[in-house]
Amino acid sequence: MAILADRNTRVIIQGITGREAATMSQEMLAYGTKVVAGVTPGKGGQKVHGIPVFDTMIEAVEKCGGDASVVSVPPLFAKDAVMEAVEAGIKLIIVLTERIPKSDVIEMLAYAESKGARIIGPNSPGIICPEETRLGYLGGSNPQKAYKKGPVGIISRSGGMCTELANILTRQGIGQSTVVGIGGDPVVGTIYTDLLPLFQEDEETQAVVLFCEPGGKKEEAAAEYIKEKFTKKVVVFFGGRFVDKMPGMRFGHASVIVRPGYGTTEEKIKLFKSAGCIVVENYSEIPRVLKEVL
Amino acid sequence: MRLYEFEGKRLFKEWGLPVPDGELVEREEDLLEKGKKIGFPLVAKVQVLKGGRGRAGGVKVINDENELLDFGKKFFKEGFLGRPTRAILLEKKLDVEKEFYLGITIDELAKRNCLLFTEGGVDVEEIAKSGRVLRLHIDPFTGLKSFLAKGFFAKADFKGKTLLDISDIAVKLYDLYIKMDATMAEINPLILTKEKKFFCADSRIEIDDDALTRQKGNLEKFNLPVREEKEREPTELEIKAREIDQLDHRGVAGRVVEFDGDIALIIGGGGASLTVFDAILRYGGKPANYCEIGGNPTVKKVQKLTELLLSKKGIKGVAVITNVLSNTRVDLVARGVIKGMLAKGIDPSKFPVVFRVPGSWEEEGFKILEKYGIKYFTREQTMDEAAKYIVELLKKEA
Repeated sequence: MAILADRNTRVIIQGITGREAATMSQEMLAYGTKVVAGVTPGKGGQKVHGIPVFDTMIEAVEKCGGDASVVSVPPLFAKDAVMEAVEAGIKLIIVLTERIPKSDVIEMLAYAESKGARIIGPNSPGIICPEETRLGYLGGSNPQKAYKKGPVGIISRSGGMCTELANILTRQGIGQSTVVGIGGDPVVGTIYTDLLPLFQEDEETQAVVLFCEPGGKKEEAAAEYIKEKFTKKVVVFFGGRFVDKMPGMRFGHASVIVRPGYGTTEEKIKLFKSAGCIVVENYSEIPRVLKEVL
Repeated sequence: MRLYEFEGKRLFKEWGLPVPDGELVEREEDLLEKGKKIGFPLVAKVQVLKGGRGRAGGVKVINDENELLDFGKKFFKEGFLGRPTRAILLEKKLDVEKEFYLGITIDELAKRNCLLFTEGGVDVEEIAKSGRVLRLHIDPFTGLKSFLAKGFFAKADFKGKTLLDISDIAVKLYDLYIKMDATMAEINPLILTKEKKFFCADSRIEIDDDALTRQKGNLEKFNLPVREEKEREPTELEIKAREIDQLDHRGVAGRVVEFDGDIALIIGGGGASLTVFDAILRYGGKPANYCEIGGNPTVKKVQKLTELLLSKKGIKGVAVITNVLSNTRVDLVARGVIKGMLAKGIDPSKFPVVFRVPGSWEEEGFKILEKYGIKYFTREQTMDEAAKYIVELLKKEA
């Protein structure tokens, strides 16, 4: 079993007629994802790689069904697209779009929450349940090279590091249950503390790897949750330890900025260690550490 | 985008928030005339985009003309905390009974906007840590209604007219926050005078960079020029790198931060750049820069970035290291970097350089690297191994 989705999950792509979304749809089909429909307002009736395109989400769901959607629309249209998906009854919405105004993000998250829908992202690369399904663009045109089915869950603030981490595990013969890129923005719909309970329940998952970055308070909350409730092994790696010495400067993702005494890697690592997590200094060590605990 | 105090106060006035009488002095020669208009004693405040002005001496009670001239001369000439002084704001000194902190910002864990309130003027940095802070999460569809604000401040022991006044300030501040697409709006301190009147003695407003396009009308209306500011002034290299990244809209090849080292880094994406930078330091190397490539930038952008990074004095090696790429093409990155090196007259088969850029189109990419005799790692090796290789190679060459 994987968390969030599996090979039976029916997926709709919002913004499917965009160049990158069209390529992604093709790759998803090739990986075995059940892409049942696409939506682009004004382009209903077209087909993209054989996938029927509709003007509205309601129509797409009525005609083709749908459990999840992947949103790849321009930033100022994202809020409307997400709310439309929620209204059409979609319960898992992966938002790839970056640079959505924060007040739009807050509104769409609140709306989804009120209707019991889960949002991953914005600025997420998507999720992958190896050898089951892929929602988003993780692994690009050859995901099977980096991802393999197995007992390790991955949660990452960085899209690129999802594939990087899965790749080094796969090279050492360690597969993954589900890999989730939560998005590098300060405000995202699903954070560590939303996913850890799912991995806790998932029988296939035996250990979880977290890719963390400086800035914000998401890691602090994760450490507290792990300490109190999580019983599986957790291996933690941080990119950007050097950022602690440069308060006020932003590096990489919009959320990577530390203030004096706030959001530093040093403090986060201390909390993870006291929660019983294994914190590695070098991400190359992760396969070896996992082999010891699996 | 962070606003100056005086810009924030301009918005406060527009929204009907109480601001002390003040005069903005943009030229040293206007100091006296504007100071006399306010009358002594007054408060003089340097206008720079930096926190902690008070502690560092940038806010001062001024008792007479001489003190005012000294203050103005010093800060117009020297700037403040390494920044040029934009202006000096002179304000009427208030008869303070009590100081408060009132702010609105995003709570990333609750995924909501949040009203924050505490007694006593405090450091912004201390706010989040302080246990004494009262919080009210705001439902975006309800907004901050008057009854919610009154209920909140009643719990903080406000009564009668002051309860109504402070609630009104919070409601107006939230309206400004939403209408201006702010990500932070702080009044610190919010002052209650002996006559029981509230004044917003300082302002800190940040506008969402991702909303600047749709805020264009408001920014023009309220005379708020768009600017990109960092914690320190950008270096020449950083400015040029930004220009290169704006050559076209395909992908990212930029976000350069200059450092004091000798290894040019061409790294990406966001998380991997942080990881590689740490690794170079851990093995004892000295990065000349931080940067990011991703989202499949054009060959031209990568080439220009490479040329720029190689133009820095004292560069002894180049490390091109990324995570396993999903949507960026390996062959295009390879082409860009090689073209950049050749344009600078560098033979990539002789200069210390390492590639570890696996992923989409890697077979084509590796072929190009082989053709030019460049050392490269594949996805079988980690980014750490590539970082270690270049650092040790440079140590050997030294």
